[in-house]
Amino acid sequence: MIVIELYKQLGLTDNEYQEIKDRLGREPNELETYLFSAMWSEHCGYKHSRKYLSRYPSGGAVCFGENAGGVEIGNHVVAFKVESHNHPSAVEPFQGAATGIGGIIRDVLAMGARPIALLDSLKFGKLTSPLSKHLFDGVVKGISSYGNSIGVPTVAGEVSFDESYYDSPLVNVMAVGIVEKNHIKSSKAKPDNVVIAAGSHTGRDGIHGASFASKELSENSKEDRPSVQIGDPFMKKVLIEATLEILQLEEVVSSQDFGAAGLLSSSSEMTAKGNCGMELYLDRLHLREKDMQPWEIMLSESQERMLFIAKPEGVDKVLKLARKYDIPASVIGKTDNSCQYKLFWHDEQIANLPPELLNDAPLYDLEQKEPEYLSYYAGLELNCITDIPLAVKKVISDPNFASKKWVYRQYDHTVGNRTFPRPGDAGCAGIWLFEEGGVIGLTIDSNGRQVFLDPYNGARNTVWESCRNLISSGFEPLGITNCLNYGNPEKPEVAYQLIKSIDGIADACHEAGIPVVSGNVSLYNESPERRVYPTPSIGTLGYCDNPKKLIRNYFKENEHIILIGKDINNTSNIGGSLYQRVLYDYLGGYIDRTDHKLEILLKNAIFKLRSEKLLGGCIDVSEGGLFGAVFEGLAKTQTGFTGSLITIEDKEKALFGEITGRYVISSINKDTTIAILEQMNIPYRVLGISQGVSLMFDGYLFDIEELSRLYYNSIELEMQQ
Amino acid sequence: MKAGIIVFPGTNCDIDTKRACEHFGWQAEYLWHDETCLDKYDVIFLPGGFSYGDYIRAGRLAKFSPAVMALNDYIERKNGFVIGICNGFQVLCERKLLPGILSMNDSTKFICDIVPLKVSIDSHPEDICLPVAHAEGRYIASPETLKEIEDNGMVFLRYKDNPNGSVNDIAGLYDRDNRIIGLMPHPERAIFKETGLEDGKYFFKMFENALNN
Repeated sequence: MIVIELYKQLGLTDNEYQEIKDRLGREPNELETYLFSAMWSEHCGYKHSRKYLSRYPSGGAVCFGENAGGVEIGNHVVAFKVESHNHPSAVEPFQGAATGIGGIIRDVLAMGARPIALLDSLKFGKLTSPLSKHLFDGVVKGISSYGNSIGVPTVAGEVSFDESYYDSPLVNVMAVGIVEKNHIKSSKAKPDNVVIAAGSHTGRDGIHGASFASKELSENSKEDRPSVQIGDPFMKKVLIEATLEILQLEEVVSSQDFGAAGLLSSSSEMTAKGNCGMELYLDRLHLREKDMQPWEIMLSESQERMLFIAKPEGVDKVLKLARKYDIPASVIGKTDNSCQYKLFWHDEQIANLPPELLNDAPLYDLEQKEPEYLSYYAGLELNCITDIPLAVKKVISDPNFASKKWVYRQYDHTVGNRTFPRPGDAGCAGIWLFEEGGVIGLTIDSNGRQVFLDPYNGARNTVWESCRNLISSGFEPLGITNCLNYGNPEKPEVAYQLIKSIDGIADACHEAGIPVVSGNVSLYNESPERRVYPTPSIGTLGYCDNPKKLIRNYFKENEHIILIGKDINNTSNIGGSLYQRVLYDYLGGYIDRTDHKLEILLKNAIFKLRSEKLLGGCIDVSEGGLFGAVFEGLAKTQTGFTGSLITIEDKEKALFGEITGRYVISSINKDTTIAILEQMNIPYRVLGISQGVSLMFDGYLFDIEELSRLYYNSIELEMQQ
Repeated sequence: MKAGIIVFPGTNCDIDTKRACEHFGWQAEYLWHDETCLDKYDVIFLPGGFSYGDYIRAGRLAKFSPAVMALNDYIERKNGFVIGICNGFQVLCERKLLPGILSMNDSTKFICDIVPLKVSIDSHPEDICLPVAHAEGRYIASPETLKEIEDNGMVFLRYKDNPNGSVNDIAGLYDRDNRIIGLMPHPERAIFKETGLEDGKYFFKMFENALNN
């Protein structure tokens, strides 16, 4: 009777419990019920999303299905993955964000890859609210404290503020690692080997973290604080070095990190992937607390732990290296051919399950329904006018648009001696891959407003926007990772948002010819009051084979400034544009749709201009519209501009309206540049010349220095209030 | 030239320092923190990072490590130079091999930036830019100590736009014999043109010249 009550408490449904019984041929015991509840949670089992995620293209990806996927560059594999730590950060921002880094770093590390860069995508409520300030400050401090200590540079990211994230902030962290092709470690266990757990002692922290992340936040969420793990960056740094050295041992067959659902998920996944069996003796694991029960040991999410599968003759070598780094390690079991996953407690067998059953959570068809809000919002029209000088100042000082210097100055972004372009230099960051001679381009992007208005096209646009960020710095996009942040998928309108977004991402990747190498899903991001905008974060990796071919993202004095790609006209759809939110707290209308053929043409044109030595700077046009792009290009050098930006009656739409498919470029050689653009059938418009210290267009005049001050200081000033 | 780079658990600029040394054709080896035999090296680096987690205070625990304890002996025998960068500078001050102490930045926040600096060493360019990355980088010293180091010309590096509140804008100094060198900025992160920063190379050339003379 107790067990029957238990499964419900643990979040398994009646049907799921019945399925477990049917497939097992018996009732699971109490411990086994705990195991199923964790492995069949959304966080581990992806039961509401896995079916749809299979639509993603994976051609060109390597190590697909491992801890993190990657792409090949020369003799190396660059592994990358983004993961969320939203729920923990909502209740405990510092530790939540810190351990988010810890988790994603271990995914890359488990493949034998040295982590070389971190990125983050952060979303909070409006920055004017004390709660948002508290969360923003705590999360940035957490990332700073943890990322800096482990010596991995945090090189790029994005931060947005919108009411929809007020009580469900989003904290997505992406890690990038590099490993020589022939040194990659798999996560598949093989029979007749020894199981070694190394790293921190196992304690009671983070128990039920997986199920905690699989429900909506409520007033009672703060009571879930014990489900938030505590990170130890010092231990992590030592563990990184120890793991990389241990994985150099040939006798080490495979490894995996302890992530969600701790020892349980790592060991059972490795067993299932390797089609073998495993016996674990839980009393042999090093514990932080006395009297821990087997279920607690299995579900603990104590940080900074790794699992290694080694050949018997390699065990002493592993333990010796662990001693060198002063990290505790225990031999806790062995693998065999039994295809059973068995747990022992003081020689008594306490669980015996087929590993594939634990790792085969039922896949649900989501019941989806087109949300009613879609047509309502699409029908809205904006009929307001603001004085342009005021609008300009409001947009550039809005924390969504303003410089994120206050954030990235707290992150060590130069450790590793690889970072260029650095944060603030460009729309993406570069990591010099000196091993291969080129530079990796990295960016992470999202646009919740657009995806809310049009889940399919919003998500598709986000992928392309991410590509434009790379292209504008001279990188060829190679692949993406994604983190899907949505509300409760059991609600049909959230299911619709999720499925349409996945379709949009999949289509964009097909069009761009790049794979989705890895990903993560974070659902249930809602509270009784509000639900987050459907927010896919797209982390994109590109490559430029020669550092000299990088394109600068600013304009120099006396360059011709030219818009290439789409131009805004009276009928352009600009739904989701930032200025509408900033000036009028308005969201509505239709969003623009990416013309993927134009996107490819634009990329070819930019790279052609680069090879012809005609290209000065290049900036993609995104949030803040045409004005935003031109201003960003000028602010870095404090150069002025003389020309024309407004070609339609709605001046705000002309300046700030957001559509896809365009860049602003600069060149000192206007005529030859234009000749090439015409030859390649690229739409263009010459905007003016960068010169002086004033920003002059269409009868308006601004002091570039004054605008730059607003742009660079607004977040810091807001945080001081 | 043979450099020994002391690696504490938590050190994170060891690889960067080794790469920089090797770029100039030096031999460079890592020395695990329990190493006490330092005699064969012309230069000992204490690189940046968070030695032993920088618990209690930056550099506070590392000063008790066997390798750092062995430094006194190494210095007494005038075997070579000791260079502490960032966390290494903090360790040298904690160990009292250099005067003063590094405390929390006046902003109370970690600062990562590229900062303009003024160098006062002959045959070295006066104006350079180097990366800084630290939370505890505010140099402080008692008025007497400060007078002593200024009177003896021990400060070789000053911030032009003080980012952390260091007294007298001090970013780096050496001891009276010019053999123990400590600085908060990271010259080893400014070596390669591919990273857009190269001003760190002057320091490595300076060490080279000093040793060859």
